[in-house]
Amino acid sequence: MSAHDNSHVIEVHGLRNSFGEQLIHDGLELEVRRGEILGVVGGSGTGKSVLMRSIIGLQTPDDGEVLVFGEPMVGRDEEEAKHVRRRWGVLFQGGALFSTLTVAENVQVPIKEFYPGIDQELLDEIAAYKIAMSGLPVDAGGKYPSELSGGMRKRAGIARALALDPELLFLDEPTAGLDPIGAADFDQLILELRDALGLTVFLITHDLDTLYAICDRIAVLADKKVVAVGTIPELLALDHQWIQEYFKGPRGRAAAAHREAEPTEGATA
Amino acid sequence: MSVTPDFIQNVEDGSCVLRFSGNLTLLRIRKLSEQLEALEATDITVDLSDVERMDTVGAWLVHKLQRDRGAKVIGANREQQLLIDHVAAADQPVKIARDAPPALVRVVTQVGEWTLNFLRTLYGMLGFFGAMLIGFGHIIRHPRRFRWNAVITRFEVVGVQALFIVGLMSFLVGIVIAQQGAVQLRQFGAEVYTINLIGRSAVKELGVLMTAIMVAGRSGSAFAAQLGSMKLNEEVDAMRTIGVSPMEALVIPRVLATVLMMPLLGFFAAMMAILGGGVFCWLSLDIPPVTFIQRIREVVPMTDLYQTLIKAPVFGMIIAMAGCYQGLQVKGNAEEVGLRTTTAVVQGIFLVIVLDAFFAVFFTEVGWL
Repeated sequence: MSAHDNSHVIEVHGLRNSFGEQLIHDGLELEVRRGEILGVVGGSGTGKSVLMRSIIGLQTPDDGEVLVFGEPMVGRDEEEAKHVRRRWGVLFQGGALFSTLTVAENVQVPIKEFYPGIDQELLDEIAAYKIAMSGLPVDAGGKYPSELSGGMRKRAGIARALALDPELLFLDEPTAGLDPIGAADFDQLILELRDALGLTVFLITHDLDTLYAICDRIAVLADKKVVAVGTIPELLALDHQWIQEYFKGPRGRAAAAHREAEPTEGATA
Repeated sequence: MSVTPDFIQNVEDGSCVLRFSGNLTLLRIRKLSEQLEALEATDITVDLSDVERMDTVGAWLVHKLQRDRGAKVIGANREQQLLIDHVAAADQPVKIARDAPPALVRVVTQVGEWTLNFLRTLYGMLGFFGAMLIGFGHIIRHPRRFRWNAVITRFEVVGVQALFIVGLMSFLVGIVIAQQGAVQLRQFGAEVYTINLIGRSAVKELGVLMTAIMVAGRSGSAFAAQLGSMKLNEEVDAMRTIGVSPMEALVIPRVLATVLMMPLLGFFAAMMAILGGGVFCWLSLDIPPVTFIQRIREVVPMTDLYQTLIKAPVFGMIIAMAGCYQGLQVKGNAEEVGLRTTTAVVQGIFLVIVLDAFFAVFFTEVGWL
C-alpha cells in the first residue's frame, strides 16, 4: 500500500482533454471514495466516456493528473501500469467481449494474462462461479458472444471484468439497451457484488432508475467539468439549470416517485 | 505485514486444523491449490482468523474444502462469511465447453458440412447472379435512380489506383517470360521467336489473367470486407428498411465498375508485359525496338486481343460477384469478415482460372488460334 490518503480510490485533478479544436474537459476535478458507487451523468457529448478512458489510460489527456489507488496514471506505459490494471475491471458499453472466444474463455483471458500457470481445472472452476455469480444461465459458458442477447452479453462482460477480483469496477452505461426488468436485475447485481466483494464502482449511466436505486453519490458533468458531486437530495438543492432539468424533468420525476412509492429495495446492504 | 497466504497444519489424531494467514487471493492461489490437493487429512477445520484479505478465489478454495472434504470454517469475519456464501451460491454446474463429439462423427460431419456448404454456395451464387440481373433490369427501367457517382468512385478505386501495381507486375512478368523463353529458344537457334512468345502469351492470356488475380486480391477482398462490416453494423438492414436496395446501392456499382475496368486494366497489363519483354529483347538480345514492334504486329493476330477483351469483363464480374456475395453472407462476428474475405479471393481466382480453361477450349474450337 502506498502512503496516500486511502479513502480516495480515484483522484482526477485539472484534467484537460480535447479532440482537435474541440475542448472536452477543462480543469476537471473528481474524487471517488473507497467502497462507493459513484454515478457519472451528463448530457450527450459531455465526455463521460472520455473521462473514463482517461482514468483507465486509454486516452492520454492534454493536461492534468489522474491518480488511481494513489498512483499516477498519465504517461505511464502499459508495462508499468500493469499492477494497477489488475486491480480494476472494466465493462465497456457493448460488453466488448472477444468474439472469437467463448464466454468462459473470455473470463479466463485476464487471469491467464496476469497469473500464468494456473492449471486449467482451477481456471474452469473460477470461470464457472464467476459466470454463475454474474447471473448468467448455466449453459452460457460454452457459448460465443454472438449467441448471447444484449443483456447476457453485459453479464458476460461483468463476469470478465470481475475475473481478477478487482477492487474497482468501471461500468459504461451498463443498463443501456436492457429491458426494465433486466436493467433492475442488473442494478441489483451491481449492488450485491459491491456489498459482497467490497467494490468501488465508477458508473456512467443515463438511467435515472439506476441512479436512484444504487448510486451513493452522483457526479454531474457539464460545462467541461464536474459541476457537482453529491447525493440526489444534495444535487436537487443546487441551482444549476441542467441538474434541475435532469432530475425534475418528466422522467426524473417518474423515477423519483417510483422510489418513494417503493422504499428502496436497493438499500438493503 | 505478511502477504503470503500460508497455512499451518496442526494434526491431532487424524483431524487437522488449517490456519491460513496473510492474503488469501488470486495472487498466490496456484501454489496453495496444489498444496491443498496434496492434503490427505479427512477431518479438516479451516481457521480464517489470521487472514488479512480474501477475494472470491480464496473464498472458492475455502468453499471447495467445505464441499469436498466437509471442512468446518471458523474465525471468518462478516465480510469473509458473506463472500464464502456468495461463492457457494454461485457454485452451479456451469458448462464451460461444448460437448465434443467423437472424432469419427466429427470428420463425417465436417465432410458433410463442406459438401453442403459447397452446394449451398453454388446455389447461392446462382441466386445472387439472378438477383443482380433483376437489379440491372430495374436500373435500365429507372436509369435516373441509379447511383452513377458510386460507380465513378469505384472506377477510381478499382481501376485507376490499380494501374501502378498492375503495370509494374505485368512489366516484370514480361521480362521473366522473355528471359525464360530466350534461354529455351536459343537451343534451337530460334531466339527471335521470343517475340512471338511474349506477344501472344501477354495479349491472349497473361495480361488478363494476372490482372484478374491482382483485382481479386485488391478489389474482391475489399468488397467482401466492406460489405461484411456493413452487414455486421446493420447498415445493410438499415438500407433495406429505408427502401434502398443493397443490390442497387452496393452490389451493382461495384460489379459494374469492375466489369468496365477489367478490360482496360487487362489491355494495359498486356501492353506493359510487351513493353517489359521489349526492353529485355533490346538490352539482352540486341533486338532493336522498331524490329520488335514490327514483329509483334506481324505475329499477334487481332483475335488474341478480342479474346482478352471478351474474357476480361467476365472475369471482372466473377471477381466482383464473389466479393459482394461473400460480404453479404457475413453474420455473427468480426472473424467471419476475415473468413469471408479470404473465401471471396480464393473463390474469385479459382472461378477465373476454371473459366479461362473453358475459354481456351472454346476459342480454339471456333478457330481463334
